[in-house]
Amino acid sequence: MPNVMIRVKDNGALLFYIAKKDQEDEIAKVEKDSDTEWGGEVELTDGTRYYIDPISPPPSFPTTLRFKRAE
Amino acid sequence: MSDMTREETEALIQEVLEVYPENAKKDRAKHLTVNDQEVEQSKKCITSNRKSLPGVMTIRGCAYAGSKGVVWGPIKDMIHISHGPVGCGQYSRAGRRNYYVGTTGINTFGTMNFTSDFQEKDIVFGGDKKLSKIMTEIEQLFPLNKGITVQSECPIGLIGDDIEAVSKKTSAEIEKPVVPVRCEGFRGVSQSLGHHIANDAVRDWVLHNRDGDNSFEATDYDVTIIGDYNIGGDAWSSRTLLEEMGLRVIAQWSGDGTLAEMENTPKAKLNLLHCYRSMNYISRHMEEKYGIPWMEYNFFGPTKIEEALRKIAAFFDETIQANAEKVIAKYKVEYEAVIAKYRPRLEGKRVMLYVGGLRPRHIIGAYEDLGMEVVGTGYEFAHNDDYDRTIKEMGNATLIYDDVTGYEFEEFVKKVKPDLIGSGIKEKYIFQKMGIPFRQMHSWDYSGPYHGYDGFAIFARDMDMTLNNPCWNKIQAPWLKGEEEAEAAAAGA
Ligand code: SF4
Repeated sequence: MPNVMIRVKDNGALLFYIAKKDQEDEIAKVEKDSDTEWGGEVELTDGTRYYIDPISPPPSFPTTLRFKRAE
Repeated sequence: MSDMTREETEALIQEVLEVYPENAKKDRAKHLTVNDQEVEQSKKCITSNRKSLPGVMTIRGCAYAGSKGVVWGPIKDMIHISHGPVGCGQYSRAGRRNYYVGTTGINTFGTMNFTSDFQEKDIVFGGDKKLSKIMTEIEQLFPLNKGITVQSECPIGLIGDDIEAVSKKTSAEIEKPVVPVRCEGFRGVSQSLGHHIANDAVRDWVLHNRDGDNSFEATDYDVTIIGDYNIGGDAWSSRTLLEEMGLRVIAQWSGDGTLAEMENTPKAKLNLLHCYRSMNYISRHMEEKYGIPWMEYNFFGPTKIEEALRKIAAFFDETIQANAEKVIAKYKVEYEAVIAKYRPRLEGKRVMLYVGGLRPRHIIGAYEDLGMEVVGTGYEFAHNDDYDRTIKEMGNATLIYDDVTGYEFEEFVKKVKPDLIGSGIKEKYIFQKMGIPFRQMHSWDYSGPYHGYDGFAIFARDMDMTLNNPCWNKIQAPWLKGEEEAEAAAAGA
């Protein structure tokens, strides 16, 4: 269950940053991304997947959230 | 382009690894790579931020060095106690050349060494009482200090002293911030964790101090310089450029910085981050908590400066953007003259670097402005995100080495035969005795500044002075010289 800081990159994409691991990766796709909710399964550009219960209303970035590793 | 092909560079790495025992070889192989600009994520080709193996000569420092030496030490109006035995602080004292203005010993304390000088009895009975006494003494002797930090050395964590409690108590007594920093040297694999711990200490003990206080008059053009340690005056030569653009620099972290500047940083409009490695943590925190954007910039060499100035200006209105162009135009005459003078003397020379937080990638542009090429680079304590940023800066098929060992570095140099090496004091004399021009790129070899346009002129002069120094053809004993020439002639025949 890593703590992940998510921020908006210069190119508009979301950056997934795990402070503990100093890992910075772009988010490739988010399962639920609408005006009312954000979350579900999140896939990074390197293919790893994480999960977070959808948050509604969608959070404003940057923010720190707790993710689970998706199986 | 490097004049070695990818295969040659790979073969070189294999050759150098050959002497290691099986396990060490496997481990070290992960830290050495041939650059490939196509790679997006460095973790695919290089491993970093891992513990150095016993038995190899590493060039790294400890967490205490990262906190006391790098992040906290330059805050000039606070007193930083090296808490523990005397050596850690004394042997590193004033070695980093963070310049500052002020009267040392009166209102600034940068080059002084304060230590609790642990003896056996402090280890046995604990040092909390001593710490408390020292802080009271400090307050009497140096009443103009603005606060105290306690920089833990290894024993503090081992004997379990409660420096937090002592700090809180003393802080209430002297009515100044007292910051306990848990940066014992054994934490983490290098100085890098010390930076992180120091950042967290700033976050927890300093940053929010003036949150409700609006007496500081903010403007729309307030920026801060973060992660510039003012080595040889670097932050000053950066600051002037920003000010000429019409921005107001309200804080310098931490070269020539003060406690008040740190506390006022949350009032800035933009945090400008030079050393990403050591201060990205606090920048991210401020972005999340105060909504202050941060931006990485590079002030080495005119090409990168120009890029950076435009990027910074883009955060502000048209006046600032127009000013940025004016600044660039104004210095153009100056730096073109520098390039015209030095480029012919340096063109085509090849450089190998091995430094710390940001320089292994940031300086590349400055060398390129002088027509030189960086053929190998590496970091002492970088993480994946640093290598991500490095891959694009380096040419294809060049060498990248992480936490390089003394042996590997020497072997690489023997094979790659660079014209110049830039690294630290520990490497300097080895390579100079091998007859290779060398510059210390941590302390600027007692020169500097190298940031900004003014710094570039000094940088170019220094590189020329080192590389084209006539002493380099006099290194070999005359009788050995004859032999080599004869051999070369024989080989050529
Ligand atoms: S590792 Fe420990 S003993 Fe050595 S310099 Fe660092 S803090 Fe001091």
